[in-house]
Amino acid sequence: MFKLEPRVEFSPMISFLGPLFSIALTMIFGGILFFFLGVDPVAAIKMIFWDPLMSETFAEYSRPQILIKAAPLILIALGLSLGFKANIWNIGAEGQYIMGAIFGATFALSLYPSESVFIFPAMIIAGIIGGSIWAMIPAMLKVKFKVNEILVSLMLVYVAEQILALASLGFLRNPDGAGFPGSRNLNDYPSASNLELINGTGIHLGVLISLLMVIFFYILLFRHSLGFKIKLIGHSPKAYAFSGDSPNKMVVICLLVSGGLAGLAGLFEVAGPAGQITIDFNVGYGFTAIIVAFLGRLNPVGIFLAGIIMALTYVGGELTQFMLNLPAAAIQVFQGMLLFFLLSFDLFVNYKLKFLKD
Amino acid sequence: MITASDKFLFQCKAISKSFPGVKANEDISLSVEKSQIHALLGENGAGKSTLVKIFYGLLQPDKGEMLLEDFQYQPKNPKNARSSGIGMVFQHFSLFEPLTVLENVLLGLDLQVNKTEVEQNVSKLSEVYGLEIKLSSFIGDLSAGERQRVEIIRALLQEPKLLIMDEPTSVLTPFEAENLFSTLRKLSDNGTSILYISHKLQEIAELCDTATVLRKGEVIGEYDPKLMSPKELGEIMVGQPLTTPNRPETEKRKEKLFSFSAEKVESETQFGVTLKNIDFEVSTSEILGIGGVAGNGQDELMQLLIGERIQNGVFIHFKNNDISQLNPRKRRGLGIAFGPEERLGHAAVSQLSLLENSLVTDPKNKFTDYSGFIKFETLHDYTKGVIEKFNVKTTGVKAVAGSLSGGNLQKFVVGREIEQRPILFIVNQPTWGVDALSATNIRESLVALANKGAGIILISQDLDELLEISNKVAFLSEGTLSKPIDTEEAVISEIGAIMGGLTEKEAI
Repeated sequence: MFKLEPRVEFSPMISFLGPLFSIALTMIFGGILFFFLGVDPVAAIKMIFWDPLMSETFAEYSRPQILIKAAPLILIALGLSLGFKANIWNIGAEGQYIMGAIFGATFALSLYPSESVFIFPAMIIAGIIGGSIWAMIPAMLKVKFKVNEILVSLMLVYVAEQILALASLGFLRNPDGAGFPGSRNLNDYPSASNLELINGTGIHLGVLISLLMVIFFYILLFRHSLGFKIKLIGHSPKAYAFSGDSPNKMVVICLLVSGGLAGLAGLFEVAGPAGQITIDFNVGYGFTAIIVAFLGRLNPVGIFLAGIIMALTYVGGELTQFMLNLPAAAIQVFQGMLLFFLLSFDLFVNYKLKFLKD
Repeated sequence: MITASDKFLFQCKAISKSFPGVKANEDISLSVEKSQIHALLGENGAGKSTLVKIFYGLLQPDKGEMLLEDFQYQPKNPKNARSSGIGMVFQHFSLFEPLTVLENVLLGLDLQVNKTEVEQNVSKLSEVYGLEIKLSSFIGDLSAGERQRVEIIRALLQEPKLLIMDEPTSVLTPFEAENLFSTLRKLSDNGTSILYISHKLQEIAELCDTATVLRKGEVIGEYDPKLMSPKELGEIMVGQPLTTPNRPETEKRKEKLFSFSAEKVESETQFGVTLKNIDFEVSTSEILGIGGVAGNGQDELMQLLIGERIQNGVFIHFKNNDISQLNPRKRRGLGIAFGPEERLGHAAVSQLSLLENSLVTDPKNKFTDYSGFIKFETLHDYTKGVIEKFNVKTTGVKAVAGSLSGGNLQKFVVGREIEQRPILFIVNQPTWGVDALSATNIRESLVALANKGAGIILISQDLDELLEISNKVAFLSEGTLSKPIDTEEAVISEIGAIMGGLTEKEAI
C-alpha cells in the first residue's frame, strides 16, 4: 500500500520543470501511440514540434499559422487563468467565443455594406459584450442561486453551438450565397475585416492585443490589488471574506473578464482568419485554452509560451494529418495527454508518494 | 538497560525523536510510579505531545527504550499500546456527533463485545468514578465536559494501567474541571497511574504528585508542585522570569465607544450556537473580557462583530454610528480592527508571504494607491516594522505565513492589527497555543493599546488572562452572555458558576 503525503518544502524549480517534463512524457507516449497507428514516431514528433517552425517547405505557411492559432488561445487562457486562480471555474469559454463572434458579425452585417471607420471598433465592443453576456449567465446563477458555474458554463457551450447553427442557416445566411449555409465573408467587407497588419506574417490586431494582454495581466496579477484579491480568495475564501469583500464580486469579475476575452478572441477570428460565421466556426480554442492556462501555470508569461506550444501542436498536427495520414483524433489525444501528464505531475509537486510496509 | 522496579509502573530512558529540522525530544528519561498523578509540564513546542505520542504508539522513537511494569514496551500503534495497558484521552475529541454515547463507545472498542455487557460496564464505571452520562444521548447535544467523560469512559473500558490525559481542562469550565480532578483522584486511589499534560500551573499544583518539566525537547527536572509556587514553576518552564501586565488604568475610561445588542440570532449550521440576549458596551481605554468555554457562541459572535455575517436584529453602534449593516472593510475604515481565532486560513493565509498577509487587512488603504496598485515599499516597511516590534521570529517579510510557528504567526497577526492604531480592537483567543513569554508580550501590547485610549474586546477561554488584563468580564454560555462584572471585584467561585450557565443570583 502507499499513501500521499503533503510536501513541506517546495522547490521553485519543480513548477518550472513540471511543464517541461510533461511535454517530454507527451512526446514519448504520443510517439508510442503514433507507432501503433503505423507511423514513424520520430518523424511524427518532429513534424509536430519542429517542422512548423524550421522546415523549409512548410515554415513559410506554418509560422503565420502558429501566431494565428496562438493568439485566441492566449487571449482566452489569460481570462480563464484569473478565475482558475480564484477557484471560479469557467469551462464554457468555447461558447463565449462563439457568442462574441456572432455578436460582432451580426452587428457588422446588419450595417452591410457601410464604409464607416467605426464599424470595426464597434464590432470589437460587440464581441466583448457577446462573450460577457454569455459568461454572465453562470455568474448570475451562481450569485443568486448558488448554481455550480462549471455545469452552467459548460452546458451553455452547446446552446451557443445551436445559436451558431441558427445564425449560419438563418438570420446571418449570406443572401448572395446561393442558399449555402454560412454568412457573408467579412474579408470581402473592408470596414469589418480584421486584416493582417504585416503581409504574410499572420499578425493581425488580435495577435497584437494578445501580446499586450500578457503584459497587462502580468501587471494586474503581480502589482495590482485585484490580482492579490484573486490570489487571496483562491487560497482561502475565509480570509478573503475577512478582508471584507463579497465573494460574489469576484465571481462576477472573473467570469466577466474571461467571457469578454473569449468573446474578443471569437470576434478577431470571425473577422479575420475564419472570415465568416459557419456551422463549424468553432474549433475548440475555448477548451484547448484550459490546457494552455494550466500548462502556463496560470502565469501570464507561462500562458504565452504554452499558447505558442499548443498552437505548434495544432499546426504540426495538421501537417501530420496530410503528410502522414494521422487521424485528427490522434492529435486531440496527443493534446489531452499533455494536460494529463501536467496534472499528474502537479500531484507529485504537492505530494510525495510514500510506500507503507504493512 | 533500565531495570525493573516495584515502585515504577512505567519508565522511559533516553528517548530521542527528531523531525526534519527539529529535535522534538532529546534524551528524555522519566518514571511514573504506580498510582501516581504525574504532570508533564512544558510550553507549546517543548516536546510534550511528541513524547506521549511515542508512549501511545503513534510515533516511533529514534532512540531510547521504554519499560512497562517488568517488560520491554515497544508499541507499534495505539492498538498495541491499549492492549498493553496504556490509554489516552486527547485534547480534541474523536467522537461522532450524530451518534449516541453508547454507539460511540462501541465504535471505539478494539474487540467485538456484547452490547449489554458494555452497558453494564459503563454504568459501573460511571458510578465508581462519578462519570455521569446518559448512554442514549447524542454527542452533538453534550457539553465539552460530558464529551470528555465519554472519552474517559472509552479509555477506562480497556482497563488501562496508565492513562495519558492531554491538556484535558483546556475545554472545561472551572466547575467541570473540579469534577474531572475528583475522577482522576479516584482513579489514582484505585491504582491507575495518570500522566497529566498541561501548561496550567495552578491545576498541576492542585492535582499532581510530581511534575516533570520539559523545555525545548529536554527534561529540565522533576519537581514537587506542592512545594513550589505556580510562578516559580512557570519560570522553570519558560526559563526566564515572568512578569504580569497590569490592566488598563481605570481613570481614562470615559466615553462610550461601542455597543452591541441582539435579542436572538439563529445559528446558520446544525451544530452551531444560537445567540440569545447579548448586550454589552465598551468604553475608551477599557478591556472587556468575554470568557466561557469554546463552542458556546464565541465564533458566532465574532462573525457578527467582524461583519462577515450581517443579520437583521443585531444592533451595533460605534461612536454613535450605526454600523450594523457595514461589511468588514467599512468597519475597519472606521478604526475597528479584528483578530479572529483561526490564524491560518482566516486571519492569515499559509501559502502567502507575510508581505501579502499584511495586505489582507488594510484599513486605511495605506498599501494601495488611488487606482488600486500595490505600494510595495510602504507594505514592505510596514511588515518589517511589525516583525521587529513584535519580535516575530521569521526569515523575513517574504517568508510564507505557513512557515512560522503558531506563536510567531499569532504575534504577527496581532501586531499587524495593533500597528494600524485601531480605536477598537476585537480579538478572539489572542494567546491560544502561544508560549508563555509571547503570550505575556501580546497581553502587554493589548494593555498598552488600551492605555492609549483604544477599547478592546478580548474573547478568551483563559480565565487567568481575562482576570489579569480585562476591566470587565462577561461569560458566554450556550449562546447567552452574562452581565459584565468588574474584574477587580470578581470572585472565582462566582465566575465558575456564571461560566456553568447559572445566573449571578443562583451562584450566590
